[in-house]
Amino acid sequence: MGTLFFCFVALLLAGYVALDGYDLGAGILHLRVARDDAERRQVLATIGPLWDGNEVYLVAAGGTLFFAFPLLYAVSFSGFYLPLMIALWLLMGRGVAIELRNHLEAAPWRQFFDAVFSLSSGLLGFFLGVALGNVVRGVPLGSDRVFLQPLWSGVGAGQAAGGAAGVIDPYTALVGATAFAVLAEHGALWIAHRTEGPVRERARALAPRLWAISLALTVGTSVATFFVQPHIPQAMAAGPWRAAFPAAAVLACLGAPLLHLRGRDGAAFAAWSAFLALLLATAAFGLYPWVLPSSIDPALSLTVEQAQAADASLRTGAAWWVPGVALGIGYTVYVHRCFSGRVPRG
Amino acid sequence: MGDALFLHRLHFGFTITFHYLFPQLTMGLALLVAVLEVTSLARRDDRLHQAARFWTRIFGVNFLFGVVTGIPMEFQFGTSWAGFSRYAGGVIGQTLALEGVFAFFLESSFLGLVLYGEGRIGRRGVTAAAVLLFLGSWLSGFFIVATHAFMEHPVGYRISPDGTLALASLWQVLSNPWLRWEFPHVMMGAVQTGAFAMAGTGAFYLLLGRHLEQARIFVRTGVVAGAVASVLQIAPTGDVQGRLVAEHQPVALAALEGLFESGPGAPLALVGQPDVERRRLDNPILVPYALSFLTYRRWMAEVKGLDAFPVEEWPSSVPLVYYAYHVMVGLGTLFIAVMLSAAWLLARGALFRSRAMLWVLLLAVPFPYVANTAGWFAAEAGRQRWLVYGLFRTADGVSRQVSSGNALFTLLGFMGMYALLAIVFLFVVGREIAHGPAPEPPAPAAATR
Ligand code: HDD
Ligand code: HEM
Ligand code: HEM
Repeated sequence: MGTLFFCFVALLLAGYVALDGYDLGAGILHLRVARDDAERRQVLATIGPLWDGNEVYLVAAGGTLFFAFPLLYAVSFSGFYLPLMIALWLLMGRGVAIELRNHLEAAPWRQFFDAVFSLSSGLLGFFLGVALGNVVRGVPLGSDRVFLQPLWSGVGAGQAAGGAAGVIDPYTALVGATAFAVLAEHGALWIAHRTEGPVRERARALAPRLWAISLALTVGTSVATFFVQPHIPQAMAAGPWRAAFPAAAVLACLGAPLLHLRGRDGAAFAAWSAFLALLLATAAFGLYPWVLPSSIDPALSLTVEQAQAADASLRTGAAWWVPGVALGIGYTVYVHRCFSGRVPRG
Repeated sequence: MGDALFLHRLHFGFTITFHYLFPQLTMGLALLVAVLEVTSLARRDDRLHQAARFWTRIFGVNFLFGVVTGIPMEFQFGTSWAGFSRYAGGVIGQTLALEGVFAFFLESSFLGLVLYGEGRIGRRGVTAAAVLLFLGSWLSGFFIVATHAFMEHPVGYRISPDGTLALASLWQVLSNPWLRWEFPHVMMGAVQTGAFAMAGTGAFYLLLGRHLEQARIFVRTGVVAGAVASVLQIAPTGDVQGRLVAEHQPVALAALEGLFESGPGAPLALVGQPDVERRRLDNPILVPYALSFLTYRRWMAEVKGLDAFPVEEWPSSVPLVYYAYHVMVGLGTLFIAVMLSAAWLLARGALFRSRAMLWVLLLAVPFPYVANTAGWFAAEAGRQRWLVYGLFRTADGVSRQVSSGNALFTLLGFMGMYALLAIVFLFVVGREIAHGPAPEPPAPAAATR
């Protein structure tokens, strides 16, 4: 049962990254590809009716984590107290900026909201990567099952008590930069797919460059991960099925630019979405059965079995979760259908 | 540790109080907008559709603020109340996840269609989406209130070998007898907020002499809905909830009523200030025997006062519980008076000419917010010392490793952020109201396929 819900949470998170990922990516590129008010409205119109529904994947993942793995939810959310709160503030700033821009016509308001939107999207993209980096690297989890991490460590920060690595250290910062780049590429492909005119041209011109940066960073992160978290290569060697995810990710990563160069915008975007989802799956199933590695002693890592709620509760949960999420995915597909097609300038 | 516990409570209390300012209007307006759209379609009356469009714009802004302040709530259970999450997550995690999966997907998907979809899915489509939006927002209220009802009156759980709670029966959790009355009571509170806002805005336009036709629709809809909801708020829902508290949490009832001495024929205190040190109510106005009658339907029934319980069992702030409850009940009584007299004038066709009554409706707009907030304070502070009543103490629920300094830092951050959000919210909604329900320019249909 625990394993099943591990897959469920991974599914929701993958959905979140693929869907809200394009909102974040569009935000990162917003100031770059859209130069005047009409163009900015054009970019925002592509995500306006959709971003809120995409964010629900995050809320649903949080809720599922809460009831399926109460211990993990409690330990990790309290351990990441400050960074989570900061991420929440960024999420708030972004949501407000997207919506209120439409309600206030004066140019200074709009410029302000554009800047907030872009800045918060960029920081969120980076922090999502940092969060993933932390979960992969592990946290100072002792046998008392609590931890609290300093915000940063490494260059210039001084060593925190006990020498624990901070939430932001060189490795997690690398993962954060990678997330920023792959999300920016996601945004470029989305904008290319959903707009027309000069905005689309600029996004198309950016896409190959962002792709090259993404590739370089992803390779760098993968190599670093093998050193930082030896559990992953060991697990892959012991269970080669886990290697299916990175293998498929490589295919998707190479496929996206080919489709893009052929002008198949929609297919390129879909391939890159699959790439993001597969990256997440690679990390998740590389760690499995761990859900939160301990950087103090690998034997203290939290596993699916330790963190999960009682099997009987999870059976009840599965009975409504599956149809409920199927319905939710149905709504997502339906609204994306309703709001498909290219958005013109202004 | 005591210090950190206090700050975490303040943190949660502050952020949830701010959050709840928005969902109450969302849930109230969702009903009213859906009713307007459906009647407009049935009666082929475009004016009602226009009214619904105006309120949908305000709804959209309000919903946004509900979303951005709601997401921190979902996460705070883990960040600030790790002990509680670990203990009760197996049960209350399910109701919270049910809310995310069944309600939030529905709401946020269909709001986009209601706001931007008319050119794509037509009038019928928008009406259907408005009804689904109403369903989604009330479902979300249902699941969150189910979570809360479990904390007040836990049912359907089992205690696992490791001491944490596991779900024994989801059905029992969702049909909790406490929930059966709490849910309609909370929803009536939300309808009152929506109804007062709609009627008050209409009254504002009538007093100004602008948008007269739309203003009459607003006032009529608001007054009819408000009159029904204000009555249902007290009877049966509030009354039964009071008796449930008396039965299951007698010490909380004593605090709500400010009753220090047990005895038969207990009086009902209308006003007065609890003096916890001397254990009495200062400057009281009492209705003899009324409390006994209201609680047990017998004038001479025995009601337990605070003296029947050791001080450690009392809610941590008796005066807060008492004042919050009295503000709620006092306002609830006033709302009935206001709404029934407005409805009476409406029935006689005199409401739109009665400037005095229109003024009252306009000035009343903020008070349902006050009553709703006070009601939650009464319930939450009244449960105190328990996080899950009878099972789990608040002091055991807090995240131990998060220091008071960290909690204060983020509390101040939220306060600053929410102060800005409140200003922007009032500014934007004020502009929508100043702009008014002018006929919309034809939707830029089919421009984008
Ligand atoms: C417009 C809002 C509003 C109004 C006018 C009233 N209430 Fe209320 N009340 C609420 C909004 C509310 C609420 C915010 O929805 C609460 C908080 C928790 C809950 O279950 O609902 C609540 C709780 C609540 C409780 C539970 C307290 C606890 O759990 O400890 C009782 C006994 C009442 N109410 C009783 C009443 C009575 C007798 C009213 C008669 C005038 C009344 N309420 C008016
Ligand atoms: C329905 C869902 C709700 C749930 C699950 C919930 C849960 C909680 C929790 C976990 C706490 C912290 C522990 C404690 O101090 O007891 C709390 C406290 C508090 N809540 Fe709620 N709450 C809900 C709704 C509300 C609403 C809507 C309001 C206000 C408008 C509110 C007002 C407060 C206040 C003021 C406190 C602090 C009480 C004190 O410390 O004395 N709650 N609630
Ligand atoms: C501690 C308790 C609470 C939690 C954890 C919580 C959580 C949330 C979250 C995560 C959202 C954003 C939804 C989205 O992304 O679409 C939200 C919005 C909402 N919440 Fe809450 N909430 C709480 C209290 C309440 C209460 C007491 C009610 C009503 C009874 C309520 C009703 C709603 C509704 C109707 C929305 C939709 C958006 C809006 O109303 O503006 N919530 N809440």
